Amino acid sequence: MKEKYNKIVPKKPNNGKYAIEARQLHVYYGDFKAIKDVNLLIERQKITAIIGPSGCGKSTMLRAFNRMNELVPTAHAEGEVIYHGTNIYEENIDPVEIRRRIGMVFQKPNPFPKSIYENVAWGARMNGYKGDVDDLVEQSLKNAALWEEVHDKLDQSGLSLSGGQQQRLCIARTIAVRPEIILMDEPASALDPIATLKIEELMRSLAKEFTIIVVTHSMQQAARVSDFTAFFTMMDDRAGVLIEYGATKQIFTNPQHKRTEDYITGRFG
Amino acid sequence: MSTIQPRETLDRQINQLFDEVLVMGSMVEEAVIDSVEALKKRDIEAARRIYVGDQLINEKRYEIETQCLTTIATQQPMATDLRIMAAIMEIITEMERIGDYAKGIARINMLMSDEPLVKPLIDIPRMAELGLDMLKRALEAFVNQDAEAARKIPREDDIVDALYNQVYRELLTYMIADPGTIDRSNYLIWVAHNLERMSDRVTNICERIVFVSTGEILELDISDDEMRDKFYEKITE
Repeated sequence: MKEKYNKIVPKKPNNGKYAIEARQLHVYYGDFKAIKDVNLLIERQKITAIIGPSGCGKSTMLRAFNRMNELVPTAHAEGEVIYHGTNIYEENIDPVEIRRRIGMVFQKPNPFPKSIYENVAWGARMNGYKGDVDDLVEQSLKNAALWEEVHDKLDQSGLSLSGGQQQRLCIARTIAVRPEIILMDEPASALDPIATLKIEELMRSLAKEFTIIVVTHSMQQAARVSDFTAFFTMMDDRAGVLIEYGATKQIFTNPQHKRTEDYITGRFG
Repeated sequence: MSTIQPRETLDRQINQLFDEVLVMGSMVEEAVIDSVEALKKRDIEAARRIYVGDQLINEKRYEIETQCLTTIATQQPMATDLRIMAAIMEIITEMERIGDYAKGIARINMLMSDEPLVKPLIDIPRMAELGLDMLKRALEAFVNQDAEAARKIPREDDIVDALYNQVYRELLTYMIADPGTIDRSNYLIWVAHNLERMSDRVTNICERIVFVSTGEILELDISDDEMRDKFYEKITE
């Protein structure tokens, strides 16, 4: 089956300023337009936060970056998401390949009911990893700032860890398959403040290597952790639109749009 | 049942802070008026009270600063709210300095002891009046977040500067004519200088008010620009 897909080959050396770009993107669930006409350029090896009130299409936008929306039967997208010069919504593009290269971390930590080691090794093995798996597991757990806490109990179940550790295990699992972009959907909303700060510090260190796009309800988190912020809101027809996008320090100290100001100062949303 | 407003606590705290800034403004205003009045009347006792009373202005400043920090820590203000907090902390510092000028005038009054004024005070009370009027309108512009009004106020600093130059030249003639008046004339030059600085502080306050609205720090002191241009011309000649 896989043979019918074209591989995404970088048309240019992998050093462009932008990792991924949405162009005139609309996403529908059946007849309902969830996001409307979004144009968004995501800088490479930076953290971009997507903020906005509930129902504004933040998570839909995030999932549009790796075609995860397609798992919802009625969803479809119009427009383009350009990755390495290719529109990932073109017919011959393998969504599984896209999701490997554009990984995802979810709100609720969801480790497999397997050992810590297997949680990290599994994805890489599935992708035919040829190197030393022990090394890969150790390196991924180190990059996820979890190695020190688990190196002597790698055969224990991933579910035996605390919530914050489970989330870092999921991050280790994601980075073990060497994605370029990591999408994070409310990665710390189920965690206590210390575990949250650990995830945020981890995000900062991961951004040296990966491009991160994070959806968060916590404006303080967006302000603390991201380099760029995109503010989405709903229009009267409930379609989500991008209102303002800019450097995080500007968005939170001097937003240019009244709607952004009203949202981040708690006047609506 | 009444509805819950999402930012009731933050709005209440900001309004309280505005009130406190106005209270501090009127404390400072009173100190300046009293210091000039006491000088006019050569009332050493009143000068002493102003000198000691400056402590209350300083305490008010720290009280407002603490309130700001508490609001920042507990309400995490953003955007305009955050700029208001930053502006308040600057504005109260500027006002505390204006309080110090009043204290300085009181100190000069005490230093002059029982010597009479070298001349009757005409332009000096006028300078105080103009500067305080600027302050009052600046604080009104602040609580009303009226950047347009704040932009206009610093232009009046030129009038205060002109009065200062007038006082300075006048006292200089006194000193030249009678070196016996040097000390007493100098005292009044210090007083005028304090008042001239007061309106400069109001200009700084206006810059902060514009910052609250625009997010940009804009220099509103035109005489500063002129001076800079002159120096620049000299350097590049």
